[in-house]
Amino acid sequence: MTDTRNNDLLIAAALLVALIAAPFLGVYPVFLMKVLCFGLFASAFNLLIGYVGLLSFGHAMFFGLAAYVTGHLLKDAGLTPELAILAGMAVAAALGLVVGLIAIRRQGIYFAMVTLALSQMVFFYCVQAKFTHGEDGIQAIPRSPLFGVIDLTSDMHLYFFVLAIFCFGFLVIHRTIHSPFGQVLKAIRENEPRAVSLGYRVDQYKLLAFVLSATLAGLAGSTKTLVFQLASLTDVTWHMSGEVVLMTLVGGMGTVFGPLVGAAIVVAMQNYLSGLGEWVLVIQGVIFVVTVLLFRRGVVGELAALFARGRKPAEPDAPAAQHA
Amino acid sequence: MFDLLGVPPQALFGQLLLGLINGAFYALLSLGLAVIFGMLNVINFAHGAQYMLGAFGAFVAAKYLGLGYWPALIVVPLAVGAIGVVLERLFLSRLYHLDHLYGLLLTFGIAIIFEGLARYMFGASGVTYDNPLPGGTRLPFMFLPTYRAWVIVFSLVVCLATWFMIEKTKLGSYLRAATERPDLVQAMGINVPLMITLTYGFGVALAALAGVLAAPVYSITPKIGSEIIIVVFAVVVIGGMGSIMGSIVTGFGLGIVEGLTKVFYPEASNTVIFIIMALVLMTRPAGLFGTPK
Repeated sequence: MTDTRNNDLLIAAALLVALIAAPFLGVYPVFLMKVLCFGLFASAFNLLIGYVGLLSFGHAMFFGLAAYVTGHLLKDAGLTPELAILAGMAVAAALGLVVGLIAIRRQGIYFAMVTLALSQMVFFYCVQAKFTHGEDGIQAIPRSPLFGVIDLTSDMHLYFFVLAIFCFGFLVIHRTIHSPFGQVLKAIRENEPRAVSLGYRVDQYKLLAFVLSATLAGLAGSTKTLVFQLASLTDVTWHMSGEVVLMTLVGGMGTVFGPLVGAAIVVAMQNYLSGLGEWVLVIQGVIFVVTVLLFRRGVVGELAALFARGRKPAEPDAPAAQHA
Repeated sequence: MFDLLGVPPQALFGQLLLGLINGAFYALLSLGLAVIFGMLNVINFAHGAQYMLGAFGAFVAAKYLGLGYWPALIVVPLAVGAIGVVLERLFLSRLYHLDHLYGLLLTFGIAIIFEGLARYMFGASGVTYDNPLPGGTRLPFMFLPTYRAWVIVFSLVVCLATWFMIEKTKLGSYLRAATERPDLVQAMGINVPLMITLTYGFGVALAALAGVLAAPVYSITPKIGSEIIIVVFAVVVIGGMGSIMGSIVTGFGLGIVEGLTKVFYPEASNTVIFIIMALVLMTRPAGLFGTPK
């Protein structure tokens, strides 16, 4: 346990250094910001699937609605970015509370179907609501100065702000996983009836984890709005919910760094394959199928298993969500 | 003409009819989902895509093979069902020992592969299919298009025949027994893996049949699959997957509710089924026809 935690710290430190250095080494900052936003989104999703065993197939509703709220407040109300982002998170948290209360009444695949259906409802709301501007979305959202003083129009400035937000979200998740609360979540994932019999109110634990995940997904959506200066229906579709599932699955469900790695892979793929049009969907589908059939632990999970095998006897095949 | 609550009867009955047609598709699809889930323990996310394949299949059969509507009604479900059998043998059968979620993720992948291929082949705007039964009957309160009446009657017959087969025949009793205890049924000399494969093929064929029926009613686009599957998931949550008759009743019932919402409060017509789902979850989490575990 302490061993893996030290390892995680080392990897995190190395990753942070690499992320600080990357834009100076010629990596396009907007690409990096996109990876960080989706990495945070996938990490928030992973908190549920990886540590509570709940597969939410509707996480785009938190991401997309927070993106709209932040975009609306930045553009039409003239708020500063930090306030607009906080408001986006608050709305995502409130939505997470309502959806969570409904969805945790069912488990397993029913939970996935319920979250998918509810996110479709949010999608239809966004199509009809006035402030989202329907098919056009909210465009040309200003990158107002942070706290009213720090200029964010330069990609470099914004990059370090986004990096700070990502680190904040990542630390919150890390803290949650390693707290007594996180241990109870894992117990629920492994054996829910047993957690109930030990006296834990599992519904409250699940609800709190769900709200936390929704809030962080909202933070990712709000930040994305600031980066791309756009909030549109794409952010609330079931495709987006599927994409975050794909990122987490490819990177490794239930691993600390898997979601970020998965986000980097999927975002890079979208960038390089954008000329292929319809084939992106087909390729994503193929990756889903191949990952589920051949390496369910994802890139990071398989690598970790490889290292573990080198040191001690082989671990039993136990993907994270086995007992969900 | 008389008005009902300020709504002209033509509009009311017209929407009711469309609601019944949608309900027929919900019933056919949720029936297939329930049968597949019972045997395979897999929620078939590709169900909507297979419905879409049925609709495009009818179009392709007419345009490239010269096959009319009536032969297509038999050939297309068989062909799509055969694709389902291949998918089950190649992919799904490798996941039965794992958590249900992996089946969902795998079939989601298959669904978006089909949707992407359909977009590539037919374009996002889609195609149309000629009505094989033009004309209709003038009833005292509305005009009844013949094809729409046919869809409702035929779907109802297929649903009831499926119910009869599963609940009342010997084959159905094998199926129900294998759902409960596959190991014991296998021990009695019945080929359970074959039954599982054929069950999946049957469920997929039902989805494709709904697709062929839908082809002359709606414009056929690659999106119709994912749009309908999300609603059907809500239908399944509302009805619960335990009962075949429950799926049929819930499917038709929700179609009617949706049609009525279009008349009286059109803004909510897209969301009414999801709202009902939320209400059912708050009061009867196991679903209207489900039994709490």
